[in-house]
Amino acid sequence: MAEVKCITADPKGVLTGVHYMDGNHAACEGALAAGCRFAAGYPITPSTEVVERFSARIPLVGGVFIQMEDEIASSICLQGAVWAGLKAMTVTSGPGMSLMLEHVGLAACLETPCVFVNVQRGGPSTGLPTLPGQADMQQCRWGSHGDYEVIALSPSTVQECFDFIIDAFNLAEIYRVPVFFMMDECVGHMTEKVVIPEADKIKVVERRYTSKPPEEYLPYKPDPDLVPEMVKAGDGYRIHVTGLTHDEKGYPVINAQAQHEMVWRLVDKIEKNAPKIWRYEEEDIEGADVVVLSYGISARVALKAIEMAKERGLKVGRMRLIVVWPFPEPRVKEIASKVKAIVVPELNIRGQIAREVERIVEGTCRVMRVPHAGGTVHDPERILDAIMEAVK
Amino acid sequence: MSVVQRPKEAYLNVFAYRMAPKEEFFTRGHRACQGCGPALGLRHIMKAAGRDTIVVNATGCMEIISSPFPYTSWAVPWIHVAFENAAAVASGIDAAIKALQRKGRIPKKKTNILVIAGDGGTADIGLQALSGMLARGHNVTYLCYDNEAYMNTGVQGSSATPFGASTTTTPAGRVSFGAGYWKKNVAAIAAAHDIPYVATACPSYPLDLIRKVRRSFELEGPAYIHLFAVCPTGWGTPPELTVRMGRLAVETGIFPLYEVENGRYKLTVDFPQGLRPVEDYLKNQRRFRHLTPEIIQQIQERITAEYERLKMMEKVTQE
Repeated sequence: MAEVKCITADPKGVLTGVHYMDGNHAACEGALAAGCRFAAGYPITPSTEVVERFSARIPLVGGVFIQMEDEIASSICLQGAVWAGLKAMTVTSGPGMSLMLEHVGLAACLETPCVFVNVQRGGPSTGLPTLPGQADMQQCRWGSHGDYEVIALSPSTVQECFDFIIDAFNLAEIYRVPVFFMMDECVGHMTEKVVIPEADKIKVVERRYTSKPPEEYLPYKPDPDLVPEMVKAGDGYRIHVTGLTHDEKGYPVINAQAQHEMVWRLVDKIEKNAPKIWRYEEEDIEGADVVVLSYGISARVALKAIEMAKERGLKVGRMRLIVVWPFPEPRVKEIASKVKAIVVPELNIRGQIAREVERIVEGTCRVMRVPHAGGTVHDPERILDAIMEAVK
Repeated sequence: MSVVQRPKEAYLNVFAYRMAPKEEFFTRGHRACQGCGPALGLRHIMKAAGRDTIVVNATGCMEIISSPFPYTSWAVPWIHVAFENAAAVASGIDAAIKALQRKGRIPKKKTNILVIAGDGGTADIGLQALSGMLARGHNVTYLCYDNEAYMNTGVQGSSATPFGASTTTTPAGRVSFGAGYWKKNVAAIAAAHDIPYVATACPSYPLDLIRKVRRSFELEGPAYIHLFAVCPTGWGTPPELTVRMGRLAVETGIFPLYEVENGRYKLTVDFPQGLRPVEDYLKNQRRFRHLTPEIIQQIQERITAEYERLKMMEKVTQE
């Protein structure tokens, strides 16, 4: 299997020190630390601060920010930058994400390593531009047409906006997929202490450039871990990328066989590598009667509910998803076999993650949804009510 | 409505605002900033459009400030759908009215359809829908209020942002001098569709604005009006100088007022004594305060050339 080439961050992009900043600014700093040198964006509340900061910082770091004419253009522009050799991201919120979806599928098909930051707001449509939601969690997984897999991360704190966006860029490079960084308005606009370490403490994954000579290189011939190697424009390699179904050479092949091979590999490269991608945080799972499973800002609100439940003598554990997609199925299944119920608070009412939990536990324990239409965070009492109901 | 009956020239060159209609269809109580140029413009525009008007509003400042439920500043039917599709929505309304009239479901009388969209919703994300609407020939007036950036989300640059302006996504600093591109000329793009009526206007010239809006509705087919609208918040100008800033933009030629009726160009406000230097306009604004004399010179040359070109177009097409 191809080795993942780790280097340390370029000190030019790392603003080492202790800062007091909001999540959007922290995400921008994280992206710069991760080596992102290109962003294409379009103003949309509540995400605009990310690119505002990027546009002010990038002339000093060395790189490009382009404000495009809309989100459709932004989501394709960044892929051009990636194929020209840069690490790139775009930043948006719900309505913009809806416009970008066609190119999410393109990124998955071309295997463009790139990062889509979605600072989620209440929806549908224009919804609540200035208030939080977590209702795009399924959209980021299924939004574009066809079969493909993506990776999605969700930060709960401002520090994590910095830390995890670096992981998002690294995962994008390792697996050559579009990676979603699913923030929400609360995390984006919350101001907290952020510690940015020295550049040599930050691990950055380099792009998988091939070491093969041009005559042996095939653009879409996968390594044993199912991910193909890339080349950079100007290095003398012959390359063709297309959104049509393609073979190892990258040329369009319109038949069932090529479709079978390509689509299965796009899905398998994430599914088979999932154990290396899963990331979650657990506490007091052993011996717990109830586990609260959440992510993003809701996981943080759940802490209070868990504390209140413990004061009442209940045995409550906690699981927080850091990588939401791919979903840590075996671990959730294991937990389900030991507890009475899993409580899933989230800022959407159709149980976008709770539904996934229900599917996985297959009735071995109760799954208690704590829905919320968005616009603010949960009242911890509502989560507590669900916990109390679960142990009855 | 005494204004309509008079010959245009009778009131055009005289500031006789008392002659404007008294009725208000964009009413007070909205949430615009002090000295808001677009809101001032809307008031005049709605006086000109009158009661029989359907307003289609794209996402933007004017939508946000005028429509937070349960309040509204609109005394006419009003619809907001999304950011990029105001022209498409208006096309649908036009088609629906025509269909309903053909079927005899509604009386055959003239209904004005007016799109109000900002420069972001027009020059950037809405350009495709606008072009489609103009090309299909819908009976709609599309009015773009151009405050030269995305003011609703916090002053991000748009493609209508002028050369050298500092915005939050084209920040001026040690490396950059602000927007490094020239303002997109959407009025010229609209005129290239060979539609019956294209005009530029400014709320600082209210009677000129009112006349142009009326003219756009008189002519059958699509019309485009580009409204130059001062934004004290985004530009860093004193709110009490909004009207003066608009006048300075016209007097320096950075935003000339003209109309193109069936291909004929006409400068509606001209300065035979010559234009003022553009510095008079630039110097009072925070977004331009970093500009060096060299960049101001570049801007001046461009303005002079553009103005000459307009005069030429006027001469050629009026003959």
